[in-house]
Amino acid sequence: MGQRVGIVGVGQTHHRSRRKDVNGIELINEAVQRALEETGLTRDDIDAVVIGNMDHFEGINYVDMWSVEGAGAIMKPIMKVTTGGTTGSSVAISAYHHVASGLFDVVLAIGWEKNSESDTTGGIITCSDPIWDRDYYAGAIPSLAVEASAYMKAYGVTEKDAARVSVRDRKNALRNPFAHLRREVTVEEVLSSPMLSYPIKLLDICPRTDGAAAVVFASESVAPKLTRQPAWVNATSVSHSYTYFGDIDYTSISSLEIASKDAYQQAGITDPFRQIDVIELYQPYSFAGLKWIEALGLCEPGEAPQLVWDGVTDLEGELPINPSGGVLSTNCIGATALLRVGEAALQIMGKAGERQVDAKVAVATGFGGCYWSDVMILGKEPR
Amino acid sequence: MSEKQELLVLKSKTTEMPYHWSVGREGAKFLQELRDNKKIFGMRCSKCGKVYVTPRRVCGPCFTPIKEWVELKAEGTLEAFSIVNYKFIDPNTGDIRPVPYTYGYIKLDGADSTLSHVVSITDSSKLRAGMRVKAVFNEERHGSLKDIKHFEPINGK
Repeated sequence: MGQRVGIVGVGQTHHRSRRKDVNGIELINEAVQRALEETGLTRDDIDAVVIGNMDHFEGINYVDMWSVEGAGAIMKPIMKVTTGGTTGSSVAISAYHHVASGLFDVVLAIGWEKNSESDTTGGIITCSDPIWDRDYYAGAIPSLAVEASAYMKAYGVTEKDAARVSVRDRKNALRNPFAHLRREVTVEEVLSSPMLSYPIKLLDICPRTDGAAAVVFASESVAPKLTRQPAWVNATSVSHSYTYFGDIDYTSISSLEIASKDAYQQAGITDPFRQIDVIELYQPYSFAGLKWIEALGLCEPGEAPQLVWDGVTDLEGELPINPSGGVLSTNCIGATALLRVGEAALQIMGKAGERQVDAKVAVATGFGGCYWSDVMILGKEPR
Repeated sequence: MSEKQELLVLKSKTTEMPYHWSVGREGAKFLQELRDNKKIFGMRCSKCGKVYVTPRRVCGPCFTPIKEWVELKAEGTLEAFSIVNYKFIDPNTGDIRPVPYTYGYIKLDGADSTLSHVVSITDSSKLRAGMRVKAVFNEERHGSLKDIKHFEPINGK
């Protein structure tokens, strides 16, 4: 194991559907300035930068060069990470690796996306294999919808069960001043919203957002000097499994099962439901709030709907999920999984404002690629 | 500073995609069999025994070379599906992809992985995960997955 690492600062933009008042570099800079203000650091205190987005979505390339002024990375080591939806969590884990290695004391992790300037669906389609997957692949929504169809068939789960997840996250977003979509919805409204790709309806799915996030990782010798309560990284796990969508078993999400088991072992978690206090789940659509919490071992397969209907995962419940409003409320792709890490860190640091819950152990996940998963566990105590 | 919206337009000419992708020897054989003989072949990993379709030279989980060909039936089970309702520009063609269409993962009999393709019906009440489907081939075939026109339900199953 390397040196211990804590998150000491989180900065994020006020996320919106269109930020026409700034370009991408300026958007990144807003989040970076907020993270620096939060920690009292200056650009000179940053030893290295890790940045990620899906740069070809916006028709730019080589984001580490393109954004260097906004990122504050001039004349510093900088690394680009581009792993689809997992970009933000891969950025976070990479920044953690930088500090844990002992070679850097303070590393800035940045994720961002400007979806208003992006051909997102076209960009996502070009991530799939041009010969074997691209002709029929239609981007994010149907590739999630197929999973929902298999999950519903396997366990008798309904569209109404999934709608209850949307209701929860969209309500939580009212407490998050940074969230993009902040409107409460009912189960009936979710069920009657336009069908985009059966069984996914408009209110089941995440939006396209302009936004950026910046998270500061610091070594154990530096972190306590920068903040009263760092969010200590207790575990990280990367589970990037397949290339071809046809290889996936859509009745389970094995990458998340494997990554979470690995992370629990590192963090000494044997009973996830009892030992985890809050989860920021990378949940791009409502059904994931059911199936994927089963993969996290919170309950047996097929039992998640009851847990969610009983309010167990609500803000006031025993195990709150997505107090921030989650991905259903804000989805600036390269920032989305980094926001899960940042929001989980804010919960541990006691800085989550109106969305604060009582948390000693927080889990953040990332999802993307070809059903890939990342997991990071944060705690009040270092391990 | 004016608040009036003005757009800076950057014009580009129409361009063809300048890419020439290799399908590899295994990919070539698979596509030739599909085009010339209306046969669908999978490949079996000698270590884990998993039969993959479409073909590949290495099993990702085992990291073992794959050599054995297995002929599959042109029918199988629809494991998962969705009906795409929204319009978007297909980056392969530059045109709006026709919707609605049913996008599905079909586990061909004899295979362990699934093939992504389209299903002929778009009425969600007539589709279910687990239903039996068969491949319908195009009369004119050119050596791509589109040589299979679509999959259609096998009556009564």
